[in-house]
Amino acid sequence: MDTLSLAFREAAGLIGRGDATLTAIVALSLQVSLSAVALASALGLPLGAWIAVHRFPGRQSLIVLLNALMGLPPVVVGLLVYLLLSRAGPLGPLGMLFTPTAMVVAQTILILPIVAALARQVVEDAWREYDEQLRSFGVRPFGASLTLLWDCRFSLATAVLAGFGRAAAEVGAVMIVGGNIDGVTRVMTTAIALETSKGDLPLALALGLVLVTLVLTVNAGAHVIREAARRRYG
Amino acid sequence: MKSPESLLPLTIDAVTFVAGGRVILDRISAEIASGPRTVILGPNGAGKSVLMRLAHGLLAPTSGAVRWQSLERRGERRRQAMVFQRPVVLRRSALDNVVYPLKVAGLARTECQRRAFAALERVGLARLADRPARVLSGGEQQRLALARAWALDPEVLFLDEPTANLDPGATREVEAVIAAIHASGTKIVMSTHNLGQARRLGDEVLLLNQGRLVERGPAETFFRQPATAEAAAFIKGELPWQ
Repeated sequence: MDTLSLAFREAAGLIGRGDATLTAIVALSLQVSLSAVALASALGLPLGAWIAVHRFPGRQSLIVLLNALMGLPPVVVGLLVYLLLSRAGPLGPLGMLFTPTAMVVAQTILILPIVAALARQVVEDAWREYDEQLRSFGVRPFGASLTLLWDCRFSLATAVLAGFGRAAAEVGAVMIVGGNIDGVTRVMTTAIALETSKGDLPLALALGLVLVTLVLTVNAGAHVIREAARRRYG
Repeated sequence: MKSPESLLPLTIDAVTFVAGGRVILDRISAEIASGPRTVILGPNGAGKSVLMRLAHGLLAPTSGAVRWQSLERRGERRRQAMVFQRPVVLRRSALDNVVYPLKVAGLARTECQRRAFAALERVGLARLADRPARVLSGGEQQRLALARAWALDPEVLFLDEPTANLDPGATREVEAVIAAIHASGTKIVMSTHNLGQARRLGDEVLLLNQGRLVERGPAETFFRQPATAEAAAFIKGELPWQ
């Protein structure tokens, strides 16, 4: 039997019996990436809505910058956060480097532009339609932002899930600021990189399968929510 | 919550509006008093919508001034409302659409619900109250927009070509609602390019063409004996303007 099918079989076995190492790694991945998504959404959704409904000097540049930052390389984010958190860095005394918290910070920075830029687009499209009516009601820009965030909630779910997909799948940032320490900061992507280089293909493959399944499920879920909302709310 | 001092009359004082180097409105002056339904008549592109938006405060004039008899202060509940050609329907239920501006106006929750439902009943949409508003038909959405404005009990209601996108049946229903809002004491200011509608709903007519106020007068006189050749041509449907 060739290595590939053997690896697949063993991987299936690991997943099937809920291997402890595997589940611990998956759990930490989810914990880190979901925390990052929650933080990035809490900051990025209001930020996107704010940019959508306000007109100020430099707005176009800010939008271009935000869109460009969507493609921020994870290793660069990792490096920046590393420099901030390393012992000699400005935030060194916090002792956060090589902890899950540092990984959450790095991923939050990575996906904040994604959530904010997509939210800006969605909210601005709706704002074009709502603008005059809301002003006619005497709604101020702040109130309008909240109204638009609520009315766009199903489209915004896509922005949030895009952020989650990015966070769960990136390896560079968590590798640099987390250090891939076994049982402490080892997540799916860093484990896959390590196990592959060590030659432990079954564990790498099992993690890969879980990761792909997760990303697929999340995207399918987003699609279903969006379609249902479109039918229900038009 | 009605303030003792009336918003009306509205004075439009030599209002000019320029957009992108084009003169949309050219020194329009008019006084709009409470009572009769005012119809702003004119062909497409005459500047009717812009004039209403200026009056409602959605646009600022390039020169000239829009003055109400009493001021609406920022943050205070608005005493005027506007319904647009394409109704802006929020992604919520029909009832929540009507509740929304009432909440913005600072009314208590139960009062919002009560008023909103009553307004839906008056326009014949009560049975659709829980339906998502954006799946309603065009005519229903426009009646919903009217209910939403009516629930606010405004002193003045601006209607920008409210039936331009509707079929004859829906147009009749919308016109009936407009008549009822007028009967309830709200001043109606409506734009239309439709002569029949102007005859049916207008007490006084302002004819606009190419950004100028051509003629103004009581509807009956305007249609029977227009004072200007331009107005006479428009009524006869000759449309001399390019």
